[in-house]
Amino acid sequence: MIDADIIVGLEVHCQLDTKSKLFCGCSTDYRDDGPNTHVCPVCLGLPGTMPALNRRAIEYAMRVAKALNCTVIPESEFSRKNYFYPDLDKAYQITQYDKPLAEGGYVEIEGDDGKERKIPLTRIHVEEDPGRLVHMGNAERGRYSLVDYNRAGIPLIEIVSEPEMRSPKEARKFLNKLRATLEYLGVFDSEKEGSLRVDANISLRGSERVEIKNITSYKGVEKGLTFEVTRQKNLIRRGLTVERETRHYLEARGITQSARSKELENDYRYFPEPDLRPLRVQSWVKDIVLPELPDARRERFVAQYSCSLNHARTLTGELKMANFFEAVVADDYKGICSLAATWIADTLAGELNYRDMGIDAVDPQQFGGLLVLLKSGTITDKSGIEVLRVMLDEQLKGETVEAPETIVARLNLAKTAGDDGALLAAVKEVITGNPKAVEDYRAGKNGALNFLVGQTMKKTRGRADPGELNRIMVAALRDAEQ
Amino acid sequence: MAVHTIRFEPDDRYNAFLNVCANPIHGEGKLAGIAIAVKDNISTQGIETTCASKILKGYVPPYDAHAVGLIKNAGAAIAGKTNMDEFGMGTSTENSAFGPTLNPCDTGRVPGGSSGGSAAAVAAGMVRMALGTDTGGSIRCPAAFCGIVGLKPTYGRVSRYGLIAYANSLETIGPMAKNVADVSLLMSVIAGHDRRDSTSYDRPYSHTPSAKIDGLRIGIPKEYFGAGVDHEVAAVVKRAIGRLEELGAKTVPCSIPSMEYALAAYYVICTSEASSNLARFDGVRYGPAADTKKSWHAAYQDVRKQGFGPEVRRRIMLGTFALSSGYYGKYYAKAQVARENVRKDFARLFTDVDVICGPTMPTIAFRLGEKSDPLSMYLSDILTVPVNLGGIPAISVPCGKVQGMPVGLQIMGRPFEDERVVDVAYAYEQAVKS
Repeated sequence: MIDADIIVGLEVHCQLDTKSKLFCGCSTDYRDDGPNTHVCPVCLGLPGTMPALNRRAIEYAMRVAKALNCTVIPESEFSRKNYFYPDLDKAYQITQYDKPLAEGGYVEIEGDDGKERKIPLTRIHVEEDPGRLVHMGNAERGRYSLVDYNRAGIPLIEIVSEPEMRSPKEARKFLNKLRATLEYLGVFDSEKEGSLRVDANISLRGSERVEIKNITSYKGVEKGLTFEVTRQKNLIRRGLTVERETRHYLEARGITQSARSKELENDYRYFPEPDLRPLRVQSWVKDIVLPELPDARRERFVAQYSCSLNHARTLTGELKMANFFEAVVADDYKGICSLAATWIADTLAGELNYRDMGIDAVDPQQFGGLLVLLKSGTITDKSGIEVLRVMLDEQLKGETVEAPETIVARLNLAKTAGDDGALLAAVKEVITGNPKAVEDYRAGKNGALNFLVGQTMKKTRGRADPGELNRIMVAALRDAEQ
Repeated sequence: MAVHTIRFEPDDRYNAFLNVCANPIHGEGKLAGIAIAVKDNISTQGIETTCASKILKGYVPPYDAHAVGLIKNAGAAIAGKTNMDEFGMGTSTENSAFGPTLNPCDTGRVPGGSSGGSAAAVAAGMVRMALGTDTGGSIRCPAAFCGIVGLKPTYGRVSRYGLIAYANSLETIGPMAKNVADVSLLMSVIAGHDRRDSTSYDRPYSHTPSAKIDGLRIGIPKEYFGAGVDHEVAAVVKRAIGRLEELGAKTVPCSIPSMEYALAAYYVICTSEASSNLARFDGVRYGPAADTKKSWHAAYQDVRKQGFGPEVRRRIMLGTFALSSGYYGKYYAKAQVARENVRKDFARLFTDVDVICGPTMPTIAFRLGEKSDPLSMYLSDILTVPVNLGGIPAISVPCGKVQGMPVGLQIMGRPFEDERVVDVAYAYEQAVKS
């Protein structure tokens, strides 16, 4: 089965990073506080309260609409989505139904075929987040559940794509691009827990569509969809049919599970929210000044810093990484910018990921200092990684991060020069200590030289330039033969 | 501001109050020291607010409705919370979970509804003024039945913030009192913009009633004197309109053809909105608590089955049905068309006339238990609901008696011309007084 047979559409819900909630003045900064501390009569849905629209949230959503080339509808309106659930304080969610804020538009991604592709959008609308249930015990057998309404009323933007993605990987790319765009627009903070929720529709051509609900991570989208592709392909292979259904994604296990059918029977009885006036905001569009967006910045990185397209894509794929790169190369970019691109996009990104650290923990000036040491040939790449690890570990432990030069001096990591007696001595020691390998080398076995070089590297703790060491080793072996 | 206390110990033999504040405090201002009764669907900080429903028994709002805050700031003392049809659903105050209110003019009869407690408290002289709410006639009907004055303001002129919603797009808070001047005074305090109510307008009311109605053009719609309207009531109201003509007004016969569908449209819209508004009463946050040993949906069912009275349950079911997928277009969407037609009829009429007059209610107050069939009760709203569908102001002023019971003259005006309907009522009131 080729990938063209996979059809994926996404509904992405992102919390808009406003200071106050969508319909009341409560602060959205609830994450470090106790339950039900960021609530008022309005977001608790107390009888008699009414929603008063936070226009900043609408303005944020319109920035997104403009950036994604959507058409803002002349008159949109809020509707009530009625259903019972303990986390839903009013027993209806104020959302947008048949008159959304904006329609159309697209997100451009690099398709699996390597070509840029526009994934069309259906619509963008604004709605309120419900509260949150905390199950004491597990959901099935817990003794009771508690409700936290801190989240109730946080503004959400829902972005609905057409079913135009062809693989789980494309879905991941779509999501990454969307995240980057929203971050560049200053309306979204992807690092806040629970700030993103995705529902994914997936079908194999000719089969029924399955909806995966409530994926809460970027990786989860790709994982959940990949699981579904395998599951559905297996069903078809066994001659079974894929049923049209809603499934839940279980983040911890990376699998999807059929939702109880009862949940599908909801009739939401949408009708226009009588407590809010229709939104006539189309005229705002022209006044919205967009910042530089990921695509433009990527092209600028290629042009201005001679980054490779791939590096530029990685660097600009996250706002903070792009900003970090520009901060590092700010002083003397001509000197270190190609090094910086590689070291940030590849090395640093990997080391941060391993430590679960954010890039804002790294001081761009110190990092730039490390690059200067690499550029000048003071240390080898291998030592560079060691210095970087020390810096990151110090940061992680909350210690004062030493300057790269200090670490190099303290750990004696400066590159060993070729005429350095110490290097020659180490080479001789290795030759003496590994007669079998020397013999193998003379017998023409290829791996033997690499082994001897590796042993020397170990002795010098990576300070030697690999090319130079290779040359010295070959010469020393020749000398030893005579 | 100086804080004073008054004693308030009414002889409430009519069950007008659900909750009396014996020693209410008050400050200074336009309403200094005036005891004002507040309908029990208007939130009062620290005072139990139940909408006359068991499902809200014990609920004490942590905040004041905007209108309540305004009357307190003007020096009023909150005398207590008045009885009503549960959540405003009714025309007689018999649908209260805490027993009916009796009409002070004849205790064998209903006071009208749903603001029956407020009307009875004023009519019996327990308070000088009261706040009511009007969704389909709930201020004007009890005002007519109890022989007092009640104003249903233009939609959006008084903030609904804190009014426990029954049908958001139709209802409003309004003043009730024995005379037009007091209604006008109370209106001047509660009207104005409130940013917490997105449907409120910045149209404050600062008006002193004037009895001058020279040259006023009054529309007399034939539907207000047609089938279903008691002919004795019609005769009394016609005489009252004759009085206005003597004062210099001109009458113009007219018609509101959209009234044919107004009542049906009204009941679709109000029940639809109610089915959504009342869904939040689930026993999780306030009122009698849900049984946590049961699953949440089973607990919700228990709470709602036990908490709501039969009329409320009926309307929730009707509204749930009307909004259901497959029926929305048939009912809710059609009702909106009918509503638009009512608006258009009013707009057209108001190019030719300044106000429209007719009876407030088609009959005098019914006997307790007389309207046991819900449909016959609904039909009695026929003359009041067009005003709510149109969002226009209307006042009911006593204009005589039939079988010893008061009859109300209803005066309807253009949107935001609350002052004019007040003036016409005032002119009539002053003319019959002298």
